[in-house]
Amino acid sequence: MKCRVCRGPAVIDVRRHNANFCGEHFLRHCRDQVAKAIRKHQMLQEGDRVLVAVSGGKDSLAVWDILLDLGYEADGLYLGLGIDGYSPESERFARAFAESRGLSLEVVDLPSDYGYDIRSAARASKRVPCSACGLSKRHLFDEAAGRGGYDALATGHNLDDEAAVLFGNVLHWQGEYLGRQQPVLNAGDGFPRKIKPLVRLGEREMAAYCVLSGIDYMVEECPMAVGNKHIGYKEALNSIEERSPGTKHAFYFGFLDRAADLFVPSADDRIAIGACTRCGAPTGAEVCAFCHLLERSGGHLPEDAQAVPVKLGRRGPEDL
Amino acid sequence: MIIQLRNPQRTVEMEGPMAVTALLVRLDIPRESVLVIRDGTLVPGDAMLGRDDSIEIRSVISGGAR
Repeated sequence: MKCRVCRGPAVIDVRRHNANFCGEHFLRHCRDQVAKAIRKHQMLQEGDRVLVAVSGGKDSLAVWDILLDLGYEADGLYLGLGIDGYSPESERFARAFAESRGLSLEVVDLPSDYGYDIRSAARASKRVPCSACGLSKRHLFDEAAGRGGYDALATGHNLDDEAAVLFGNVLHWQGEYLGRQQPVLNAGDGFPRKIKPLVRLGEREMAAYCVLSGIDYMVEECPMAVGNKHIGYKEALNSIEERSPGTKHAFYFGFLDRAADLFVPSADDRIAIGACTRCGAPTGAEVCAFCHLLERSGGHLPEDAQAVPVKLGRRGPEDL
Repeated sequence: MIIQLRNPQRTVEMEGPMAVTALLVRLDIPRESVLVIRDGTLVPGDAMLGRDDSIEIRSVISGGAR
């Protein structure tokens, strides 16, 4: 196998592009794909400050690394989920990455800052753990991005994630969710701009990016996610991709080009957004879903609601 | 050769030499879902693995709330 660019020995094949790359040109390929996604979907402008939602896994560390490489000012926020045997280790990877590069990483811990963990929240709210986790992450990352004055919140969602979510939403014709499945959601109604710079890269590419860049990441899967529907959708799509490379890309980007607009609600259909009476977060109800989750889980808002993410962007590596 | 697999963590032993693609077929692992790593370096699909090699087959599929 020879590198498509330099004809030197290749270390990885990307069958979707019918291309092989050496290490150096593969890393360039990843950066180019992220730059293309940012440009094409107008995710960021020069000088924008970005908050990266960091989990300690391959995707979030890679997107942080690439955004910095492309010249953006990017800080990280890690959310400790209180999952035994998983959260402490993933936090260690997030901290080590930030420390090795002198980056600003804020850590919010659900058990100590909010008085609950994902397992207890799932049980109390009768949600599956991934649902309680997703709700917590969306609320706390949004809040932190707003409080820190960031121009955008970046997540590590990659092509496999987006194709799998699309697959699940199409199987069940979840019109509301399909209307939000864009690589960028603009700021509005109190929500920050949300961007997914990795949508042009598969998760195998992101894992390879980390190996070739020397980024040490949490390889072990979250024990609560094992066997969930999302992973099942990924396995089904990978089985198709194996026989027909490029299928995931065609599925997701075909949706964006030809169908996504059909699911975006018109101005008349949008629900009115106000402020949660407890925490002030934007919501279509009197009390937001996060505060309901807190209530059912026996959790609480931080005593000083301004204290948790307030240091974002102001920490030096010596504080990590 | 000794092969370490992740998620879940386990080790298997196989006779070498063998091509990477043949090894993945033998283990019934889709190429799209893993990386093959030898001595900290990625190994491409057409590479031959030696009988004394230590190999990691690393799953790249992650799920859950993102």
